[in-house]
Amino acid sequence: MDINDFRSLITVLGLLCFLGICAWAYSKHAKAGFDEAARLPLSDDDLPAPRGRQDQEGKTNG
Amino acid sequence: MQSQATYNYKVVRQFAIMTVVWGIVGMLVGVIAAAQLVWPELNVHEFLHFGRLRPLHTNAVIFAFGGCALFATSYYVVQRTCHTRLFAPGLAAFTFWGWQLVIVLAAITLPLGYTSSKEYAELEWPIDILIAIVWVSYAVVFFGTIAKRKVSHIYVANWFFGGFILTVALLHIVNSAAIPVSLTSMKSYSAYAGVQDAMIQWWYGHNAVGFFLTAGFLGMMYYFVPKQADRPVYSYRLSVVHFWALIFTYMWAGPHHLHYTALPDWTQSVGMVFSLILLAPSWGGMINGVLTLSGAWHKLRTDPILKFLITSLSFYGMSTFEGPMMSIKTVNALSHYTDWTVGHVHSGALGWVAMISIGSVYFLLPRLYGRSEMYSVKLINAHFWIATIGIVLYIASMWISGVMQGLMWRATNPDGTLTYSFVESVKASYPFWTIRFIGGAMFLGGMLIMFYNMLKTIAGQKAYDAPVLAPAAAHA
Repeated sequence: MDINDFRSLITVLGLLCFLGICAWAYSKHAKAGFDEAARLPLSDDDLPAPRGRQDQEGKTNG
Repeated sequence: MQSQATYNYKVVRQFAIMTVVWGIVGMLVGVIAAAQLVWPELNVHEFLHFGRLRPLHTNAVIFAFGGCALFATSYYVVQRTCHTRLFAPGLAAFTFWGWQLVIVLAAITLPLGYTSSKEYAELEWPIDILIAIVWVSYAVVFFGTIAKRKVSHIYVANWFFGGFILTVALLHIVNSAAIPVSLTSMKSYSAYAGVQDAMIQWWYGHNAVGFFLTAGFLGMMYYFVPKQADRPVYSYRLSVVHFWALIFTYMWAGPHHLHYTALPDWTQSVGMVFSLILLAPSWGGMINGVLTLSGAWHKLRTDPILKFLITSLSFYGMSTFEGPMMSIKTVNALSHYTDWTVGHVHSGALGWVAMISIGSVYFLLPRLYGRSEMYSVKLINAHFWIATIGIVLYIASMWISGVMQGLMWRATNPDGTLTYSFVESVKASYPFWTIRFIGGAMFLGGMLIMFYNMLKTIAGQKAYDAPVLAPAAAHA
């Protein structure tokens, strides 16, 4: 195989791979997992003082 | 050993504080360079000459200010979204001190005139080796933390940070390949020759924009915008698709920096087409970030941190529209080598990169010192407005002078001679360079307000390390 055929093949495979990712991302299959992942930062209470109770538990160091 | 493990906030604190410090230093050098263009007599010494200060400015704002912001936020986000302490804390501390050493070495060698003369990669070979070591350590810490995560998902912000870390390692190591004159000499020559060297340089240069200045800061956006708005990302699937679209297309856009040069014509056209395609994934990210706020727009009225974050996305949308347009060869024929490029870069650098970093650091600082908010929210608001007006002055003046320069340089008389000499375009640019100086000084002024606010926030507070939380039950 000519090196340029190989280059073309890689480009086509790259495109197919991307289209596959799109199809997967927009499939019903992925939805539940995505919804869960999207909540990750929000379900994590990171405020020290008024909202959370961690300030007693949290360690302070100088 | 304490009874409960805490997140490693120490390294985040160090990087967050240095973000503000290096931001001031880098922008001050920029303001000095801008003043030198208006008042050339300010070029007082060869060490402080415009030609040496300009790379110092770009390196300081991109790698010192932007780099510290990326280290701080990625270390914070990866720990919190993986619900685990940073992997290899010793190595994480090494990345902090190593990176500071790189910055200090840059601040010494660039004014002394040591340069490889590759844009955004000016540092000479011994410093390049140090950068590579620090960067690989960064990758080990970051991916090690992801490997020991306590949740099954890898949150999308971490994908962007991860993509940025891997790609920058690849770009830096390939582009910096050089042969030193001798082991005791700072001078080196690129491992590549001629047009290949130019192409590799701009493959590096544009991907430094695409991955250092875009993917990394999108990682910031995907954590701090939802967090500050208290809403999940508008569309998680869009974030996945535009991540991969950016990864697949950015790599090929570099040739648009070499339009009408010795680069083969077809390569220039490929670069142009890929740059145009890039509009789609760029706007995917911008839209996703802005719409995260839908239903919570009222928060923008009262929350200056959110103002910073959302305004940064507007500038991101603007500059990623402008960029593809400027990559069209016929537009580039007018814009290239003029102030238009400088204006475009700063709409991205000040508007997008700096504003999202500033917003994120305002988010982080109170949390790193056990407070619920910054010392003064009013001062954040003041910072926001002075910075925004500064950017608008900067960009608008550069647009006008850029288009003017392009038109003057290409104007010809009926007999084919040039209508204007170069120096006439320089003379015509002075008023706009003065406005640019004022805009830049305003942006720097905003950073000084931030520095004061930061000192007041930290004063009297003890450094705070939050406990490692178990993931919420439903998401374990």
